[in-house]
Amino acid sequence: MDNQITLRVDGADTPLTVDTRTSLLDAMRERLGATSAKKGCDHGQCGACTVLLDGRRVNSCLVLAVTAEGQEVTTSDGLATGGTPHALHDAFVDHDAYQCGYCTPGQIASAAGVLAEAARGWPSAVTEDLVADATDLTDAEIRERMSGNLCRCAAYANIVPAVAEVAVEQGVRA
Amino acid sequence: MREFRYEKATDPAGAVALLAGEPEGAYLGGGTNLVDLMRLGVATPDVLVDVRQLTSTEVEDLPDGGLRIGAAVPNADLAGERRVRERYPLLAQALLAGASGQLRNRATTGGNLLQRTRCTYFTDTTMPCNKREPGSGCGAVNGYHRNLAVLGATNEGADSSHTCIATHPSDMAVALRALDASVRVLGADGERSIPIAELHRLPGDDPSRDTTLAHGELITAIDVPALPWATRSRYRKVRDRASYAFALVSVAAAMDLQGDVVADVRIALGGVAHVPWRATVAEDLLRGGPATEAAFVAAAEAELAAADPLSDNAFKIPMATNMVTRTLVQLAEARA
Repeated sequence: MDNQITLRVDGADTPLTVDTRTSLLDAMRERLGATSAKKGCDHGQCGACTVLLDGRRVNSCLVLAVTAEGQEVTTSDGLATGGTPHALHDAFVDHDAYQCGYCTPGQIASAAGVLAEAARGWPSAVTEDLVADATDLTDAEIRERMSGNLCRCAAYANIVPAVAEVAVEQGVRA
Repeated sequence: MREFRYEKATDPAGAVALLAGEPEGAYLGGGTNLVDLMRLGVATPDVLVDVRQLTSTEVEDLPDGGLRIGAAVPNADLAGERRVRERYPLLAQALLAGASGQLRNRATTGGNLLQRTRCTYFTDTTMPCNKREPGSGCGAVNGYHRNLAVLGATNEGADSSHTCIATHPSDMAVALRALDASVRVLGADGERSIPIAELHRLPGDDPSRDTTLAHGELITAIDVPALPWATRSRYRKVRDRASYAFALVSVAAAMDLQGDVVADVRIALGGVAHVPWRATVAEDLLRGGPATEAAFVAAAEAELAAADPLSDNAFKIPMATNMVTRTLVQLAEARA
């Protein structure tokens, strides 16, 4: 069954008619030509489809497009401003934090979410002091918080320092 | 995926009224489990009533010092909530032990309680499964079951329509079971409150039913009663990888330690049963007794004495025994 919706992806509003079964991921990729987020497992297990939905990282394969109306979707592409790469983009390049690159837009959108969550003082499963006021994104914290993003090339050893560099810049890593 | 109509209501009562007339419809919360099950062909609703923005996203103080958690509070927000981290460390830790950051941002508190088992036979429509297709039998008892139940399961053989050895997948529910939470539910006849002990059910003779909720009942909030000594609590989870995996065994525990005596204790286990398993046998043995490792081992062994493992999941018995023991030792040694 078809529904009329308007999706706002990376700042652009597009009205479209979608089958209610369409995921946000498929609507972006197949209907809007917004191919930054990738389809890996399509089950919420790999993280390649990660986008920010009203600033929070989610798996866009598990979000029905009809439920995303009125929300701001930001992909890795949308993190760049006016052709200038986001600090995470630069850090991933500088640290060679990928091999094939397929998971990278999801990794970067997820990392942006991690930084925002750390700025809110949210703990993780490896945080010793649950009631600490501030978060220190140690390597162990980054690994735990990024565990929803798989990299089959296993570029993890370079992804962690890439995220760490931006975490220092943003004041969420000592 | 089966075609479905997408509906929104203006308030929870409207959503309940909508679904009451749709026997094959379902509520949609965060969708992190339901959408996946629909894609797999395991869940086949013909109508989805979106309730994600209908129930509360607030965590409110209750007069007794407890908390009322709105059903739509995302798992991530609940784990980050300072009152949860301060008053109920085991609940914050359980939430953080579950899923991934992306899923916790989307999944709701109410939906977490209602997620379905991750038994591979349940999620594979080509396999027999009494939970998915009542009467089709159970593929797991003679198949892959190292991650499945050792307590409270029904095993009358692979061909029986009663057999089910599924586990409940939630981490959060294990902590809420230890905390004696209650679940507020809105139905066509009004609102009721269900102790969490009575929300989930053992497979018994009807493995298809995970909970005691009637069709169309909507979880609106979860009440967590005050438990001042829950500041001495924790959640531990053992899984096949360091992060982002379901529990083989998990333990939620809280201890009221008076000197060297266990004045009171709460213990619940995850990954071992069709429900979050409250270890009442162990609790009864420990209450009023010495806070010693020997007492903890004896209590854990007594709880697991009822276990009835299969060929490939018997390891869960020593694993659970050791985890209960280790968790209680840590709690006894911890600063409150």
